[in-house]
Amino acid sequence: MAAASPARELTQNPLQKTWEPYDNGLPAGHSAQRGVCMTNCPTLIVMVGLPARGKTYISKKLTRYLNWIGVPTKEFNVGQYRRDLVKKYKSFEFFLPDNEEGLKIRKQCALAALNDVRQYLSEENGHVAVFDATNTTRERRETIYKFGEENGYKTFFVESVCVDPEVIAANIVQVKLGSPDYVDCSNDEATEDFMKRIECYKNSYETLDETLDKDLSYIKIMDVGRSYLVNRVMDHIQSRIVYYLMNIHVTPRSIYLCRHGESELNLKGRIGGDPGLSVRGKEFAKSLAQFINEQNIKDLKVWTSQMKRTIQTAEALGVPYEQWKVLNEIDAGVCEEMTYEEIQENYPLEFALRDQDKYRYRYPKGESYEDLVQRLEPVIMELERQENVLVICHQAVMRCLLAYFLDKPAEQLPYLKCPLHTVLKLTPVAYGCKVESIFLNVEAVNTHRDKPENVGVDRSREEALRTVPNHL
Amino acid sequence: MSAVPRHGGPPRGKVGALRGGEKKCSWASYMTNSPTLIVMIGLPARGKTYVSKKLTRYLNWIGVPTKVFNLGVYRREAVKSYKSYDFFRHDNKEAMEIRKRCALVALEDVKAYLLEECGQIAVFDATNTTRERRDLILNFAKENGFKVFFVESVCDDPEVIAANILEVKVSSPDYPERNRENVMDDFLKRIECYKVTYQPLDPDAYDKDLSFIKVINVGQRFLVNRVQDYIQSKIVYYLMNIHVQPRTIYLCRHGESEYNLVGKIGGDSGLSPRGKQFAQALKQFIEEQEIVDLKVWTSQLKRTIQTAESLGVTYEQWKILNEIDAGVCEEMTYAEIEAKYPDEFALRDQEKYLYRYPGGESYQDLVQRLEPVIMELERQGNVLVISHQAVMRCLLAYFLDKSADELPYLRCPLHTILKLTPVAYGCKVEMITLNVEAVNTHRDKPSLNSRMAGLTV
Repeated sequence: MAAASPARELTQNPLQKTWEPYDNGLPAGHSAQRGVCMTNCPTLIVMVGLPARGKTYISKKLTRYLNWIGVPTKEFNVGQYRRDLVKKYKSFEFFLPDNEEGLKIRKQCALAALNDVRQYLSEENGHVAVFDATNTTRERRETIYKFGEENGYKTFFVESVCVDPEVIAANIVQVKLGSPDYVDCSNDEATEDFMKRIECYKNSYETLDETLDKDLSYIKIMDVGRSYLVNRVMDHIQSRIVYYLMNIHVTPRSIYLCRHGESELNLKGRIGGDPGLSVRGKEFAKSLAQFINEQNIKDLKVWTSQMKRTIQTAEALGVPYEQWKVLNEIDAGVCEEMTYEEIQENYPLEFALRDQDKYRYRYPKGESYEDLVQRLEPVIMELERQENVLVICHQAVMRCLLAYFLDKPAEQLPYLKCPLHTVLKLTPVAYGCKVESIFLNVEAVNTHRDKPENVGVDRSREEALRTVPNHL
Repeated sequence: MSAVPRHGGPPRGKVGALRGGEKKCSWASYMTNSPTLIVMIGLPARGKTYVSKKLTRYLNWIGVPTKVFNLGVYRREAVKSYKSYDFFRHDNKEAMEIRKRCALVALEDVKAYLLEECGQIAVFDATNTTRERRDLILNFAKENGFKVFFVESVCDDPEVIAANILEVKVSSPDYPERNRENVMDDFLKRIECYKVTYQPLDPDAYDKDLSFIKVINVGQRFLVNRVQDYIQSKIVYYLMNIHVQPRTIYLCRHGESEYNLVGKIGGDSGLSPRGKQFAQALKQFIEEQEIVDLKVWTSQLKRTIQTAESLGVTYEQWKILNEIDAGVCEEMTYAEIEAKYPDEFALRDQEKYLYRYPGGESYQDLVQRLEPVIMELERQGNVLVISHQAVMRCLLAYFLDKSADELPYLRCPLHTILKLTPVAYGCKVEMITLNVEAVNTHRDKPSLNSRMAGLTV
């Protein structure tokens, strides 16, 4: 029997409060943090489909989702490479199958894009690359697959198949008419040219085949999500991607985000807790009810957290609402119900650490923004499934949700402005999201604390508290 | 998410959720609007019953009341003794009558379950291989306002089919003598009887408006059509993540901790000397098991990580495997809790599954938190999960199909490993106590008498 080897000592990371083993005072291997999902080898997602089938829409949305859940992802749009190389787009003739010059340039662009993919995945710590191009021939897909194999990437194809002329026409109007390719054309000219462009691809289009492509990993999306064919899902990340793609839709709708009305603790500058609404908070709830009525929203769903202040706000609306525990405010652990001044007084080191990396910082016995994002993922998934929804939540929670919709990176997320008594109306448009900010004319305290200039642990009390908003 | 009010009303605390007659409503249950009828489709030995039972277990665990209705059981009731595959010949008029009657009886029971017994999902486990039978079911569902979701299992790999027959058919009540060869022979002929009239789902024409998932070759490929709602989406995701490769799951708690020794709950203490001994014993046990490609998962609390450290292998930390949050009661002993919060203490004993610690969590919250762990466990092969008492109870309840009432009282002692191996339609459990003493942290539900006398267990 081998002698028992002494277990390594554990040290607690002061920022994230996670326990890590160390050897000779340095962090050692053997321990991995499960953020959301660990991807072992990088993944190359390859879009497949005729023009105007939503490939770029899916690429961008999927990239946004993966980055939000913490998987470094980047999209590579070959059309963009083509625009950079061929300064001025003339007409669909560039895409004719017998246009030698065009073919040469297009292949060059694809290779340039793949080169950047390789750099991103193998040198820049990217986990997932989305290769957004038509990739409609088996030959092109084999080239990409081989490229993936050579570099140790797993390849996953996402094909979008659609024959509904209305959908295609709508896509063209939404995203093609405004494309840099058609900046000097009338809408009719652009549409006509684009339809001819699609024709160029049709003859050589080889859709993913159940027999010929049976060993590839892919999802085939048919008619904007009416049905899906899923083949050989290899791992966790592919499974999550499939689940996400199967839950998104393109039906027009709006998402309304707001915080609870001003609370008693807000007034005193205290964080967390489970207080009720202040007088002004109750006024806001009534204004919110009026606002919602005026908006005349079809089949609006209303969601709250399980904390009193959001529920009280929803109560004023007089409509059914659903409570989600996962929408509860970030848990500030030992700092619950303290003012920033008290936190500085009692935990000056923690206070400084938080300012150094607000996204990853975890309150002692509490949570971090990073934890919050993981907690909120099912909310995002359900928001994708739903249509018109009003989410009444909290400052940190709203920042996380907003960062998802507006594609804000982790560094910016904890500083997004989400003031009390203000509704953000999000409407998907083209490849992104239109935001309208509506202040409901009921005064409230400001709870937003900007990042102070001095985040060092040896800063003065005054420097630490300089950006604290006023309170009672 | 614990019970939610459907309409505006005063905010209810956890106590409100416990008042008489209310369902133990989870978020998933709440999101399931109309009752759903899941209809299995497929030739015999295609895994329909396996999928039915597994799916039902999963749905019940996440809080959606679900029940399986297996037509074979009804048939065995009606025809006391099975003679041979001749019963299933499509030209056997008398048998066809009996089989149809059984289907109608089963559907009546489905109706009672969904409309009168608070069931939300019924899984109709039968071959349902003809359009005629499926149209009958669709009409039935329409009359009663049920949503229908089909799950078809298609498999043409003879090895898989033979393996299925050996795994679950040889021991079926239909074949009491259990002679393998005879069973195989008769059963294969039974399958041929169905093949004659089998009409698979046709996504391009006849069945294009139905909601279904077609599972091809044990999960190699899936065709998904017209998913209507939240619960169907979750069902699809679940079916796409499960597999049938043999593997073993090991569940255990961290080694005995300093807090365990003094009877304090929660907190983030380190291992006691005996706990460290356990970690060493665990290492030896794992080595002896000679497991291929074992993954090791821990929580982000020190005691599980310290335990894993002794194994000398790579492990992954999951925050969601952390012990149940006892809120204001964190780091107190049960005696201290009873003294300081006697009402809370009593409430917890009344309804331990739904009870949420003030500022903390309930077992119901824990189940929701752990769902991604279960999903990933389904995807994985051999895994060792080093967790905590309440967490381990939740995971175990999933694998052993324990109800919400039993879950908080499952025995998960320190220094004991539960080795779970999927077999036939369920899970074989082996309990291995590694020879290192530890305190007992299990608290039974107090009987009425002892409660009234103010005794603590």
